[in-house]
Amino acid sequence: MFVAVYPPAPSSALTAALLGAGFQPVPVDDVAQVGTREPEQGWVAAVVELGDDVGLGALVGRKIREEHGIGVLLVADRTVTADLGEFDGFDDFVLTPIDVAELRVRLGRIGSKAVLDSAGDEVLRFGDLELNTSTYQASVGSRPIDLTYMEYELLRFFVEHPNRVWSREQILSKVWGYDYFGGSRTVDVHVRRLRAKLGESRASWITTVRSVGYRFG
Amino acid sequence: MDTSRSAPDRQRDYVLRTVEERGIRFVRLWFTDVQGFLKSFAITPAELEVALAEGLSFDGTSIDGFSRVSEADMLARPDPATFQILPWRRGGDTARMFCDIVTPDGAPFPGDPRHVLRRNLERAAELGYSFYVGPELEYFYFADAGPEPKVLDRGGYFDLTPLDVAQEYRRDTILALEKLGIPVEFSHHEVSPSQHELDLRYTDALTMADNLVTTRLAVKEVAMEHGIYATFMPKPLERYDGSGLHLHLSLFQGDENAFHEGSDPYGLSKVARGFIAGLLHHAGEITAVTNQWVNSYKRLVGGFDAPIYETWARNDQTALVRVPTTKRGKIDSTRIEYRSPDPACNPYLAFSVILAAGLAGVENAYELPPEMGEDVLTMSAGERTAAGIRRLPANLADALRAMESSELVRAALGDHVFEWFLRNKHREWRDYQQHVSRFELEEYLPVL
Repeated sequence: MFVAVYPPAPSSALTAALLGAGFQPVPVDDVAQVGTREPEQGWVAAVVELGDDVGLGALVGRKIREEHGIGVLLVADRTVTADLGEFDGFDDFVLTPIDVAELRVRLGRIGSKAVLDSAGDEVLRFGDLELNTSTYQASVGSRPIDLTYMEYELLRFFVEHPNRVWSREQILSKVWGYDYFGGSRTVDVHVRRLRAKLGESRASWITTVRSVGYRFG
Repeated sequence: MDTSRSAPDRQRDYVLRTVEERGIRFVRLWFTDVQGFLKSFAITPAELEVALAEGLSFDGTSIDGFSRVSEADMLARPDPATFQILPWRRGGDTARMFCDIVTPDGAPFPGDPRHVLRRNLERAAELGYSFYVGPELEYFYFADAGPEPKVLDRGGYFDLTPLDVAQEYRRDTILALEKLGIPVEFSHHEVSPSQHELDLRYTDALTMADNLVTTRLAVKEVAMEHGIYATFMPKPLERYDGSGLHLHLSLFQGDENAFHEGSDPYGLSKVARGFIAGLLHHAGEITAVTNQWVNSYKRLVGGFDAPIYETWARNDQTALVRVPTTKRGKIDSTRIEYRSPDPACNPYLAFSVILAAGLAGVENAYELPPEMGEDVLTMSAGERTAAGIRRLPANLADALRAMESSELVRAALGDHVFEWFLRNKHREWRDYQQHVSRFELEEYLPVL
């Protein structure tokens, strides 16, 4: 599980805590590198360690969140806790000295994470939605829902790439592949069906971004 | 995404795992014959892996319009993307998949209607278009499947069967369809007694053809569960409107609705105008496919809200092509409505010839004739001829004659289906001509 870490030379305490919590830190020089250095299986989240200039760190965090659609955790010194109230654009924060168990829980909550269930299958969770990637079964509130293959793949794509706006063409090429001639309106049809199957209270997880596409989360 | 395995492998895996996890005991493999009748054979989960990998062989000579004896062996290859658990079998232990039919050497079988539609859609895709269809499906509920249609309601004051009895059947059908992933936008009781309508949310044409075949079965299954009979016969009641399958059509280029043009007073692009012109120009040739039964032409007569003249208009229920008004700014819903088809057509073939006709108009930039409202009904035959307005084929024989000389329909259907269709339907017309009807007996026997 990879996390992007800014600044590129974080404190050794943070690096040790991330490794201890089971994450692989990948330093990034700037906001753009979050995109270029993204590993195959995607980021769990980005971690921004605030230095003397709290505003600068918070700004980088916000930009990462906006431009790359991943969750951001700030690492702050206790003395600046009050200042954090002035900034938005992050999902959570931890205070130094870092508690490894706390870091694991907070990062875990930010990333839509994959966990192993009792049978050893990989399960993706979002809210009360569970996607078992070994058996292709989906459930909400432990009630199974019947998804077609493409509905399953689309939902999995959304859960794995939350908080980011995707155009219909992007979704089509990433989920359906390039040889599909059904056209990008097919994405609308599937989103509509997913919303219906997820149920009224969860339908808003997939938001329509006018004249762009869709966002999940 | 898991990129370690190819998409087809993952699809197969999805089907196999779902069958296992959900305790599926039978998988029905579906395809249609040339006339659109649903064919099905059931296999057990044990046979599924082989079916998915290689296809299942069957004797093609047993299917109407399929192979001649010399090419008897066919393979049915299930399309895992269409895997669905059927909602109406008790316990939910049956699932279905649509199949593509291939010859033993793996080539697509030219007599497979699903392949015919795929081929036409691929052609549209080469021109940059995807084709979307949203149908309005009409049908009747009768008390039983006997030769005399017994309506469930007449809407009279003291009817023993109140009007809303059928609401329950309709609701159960909609729930079943939702479970099958076929969203219903709208449903209501129609004009005629015992007649109902389901409007399905548009999808790409191949999915919609699958959906229509599934919906016809779902409507009949739910009716059967309630001890009644549902029919898609185009004109079961002589004195009332028949059942149509109005088709809302649009072409998209990527994310753009290719039918929309903001600066046009009707909101129609050149593509849309060409498509309508193509439909009007070739309407006569394609009608045998969109209205394939002797009975289909009993619906296409004056006075029953069905089109008879090859005209277009914005808001006129008698035109063959109607351009529905769309809400301001609703660019994506710009579409045209083709109103002659009936619900007893083979949707794969009907969509194929409709698309071919429309695209011919787009590619060759046919000129769209002026809009024609209800005036067409009050014109004399001479005035209509002078205005260049043609009538749709008046019966199956006329329709077959128009189809026979159509290069467009031959190319759209392919030689195999084209020739079999004509042979089969000529035979149907001959049988009909030899039949002495109740009309003749009642009208002539007492007086002649």
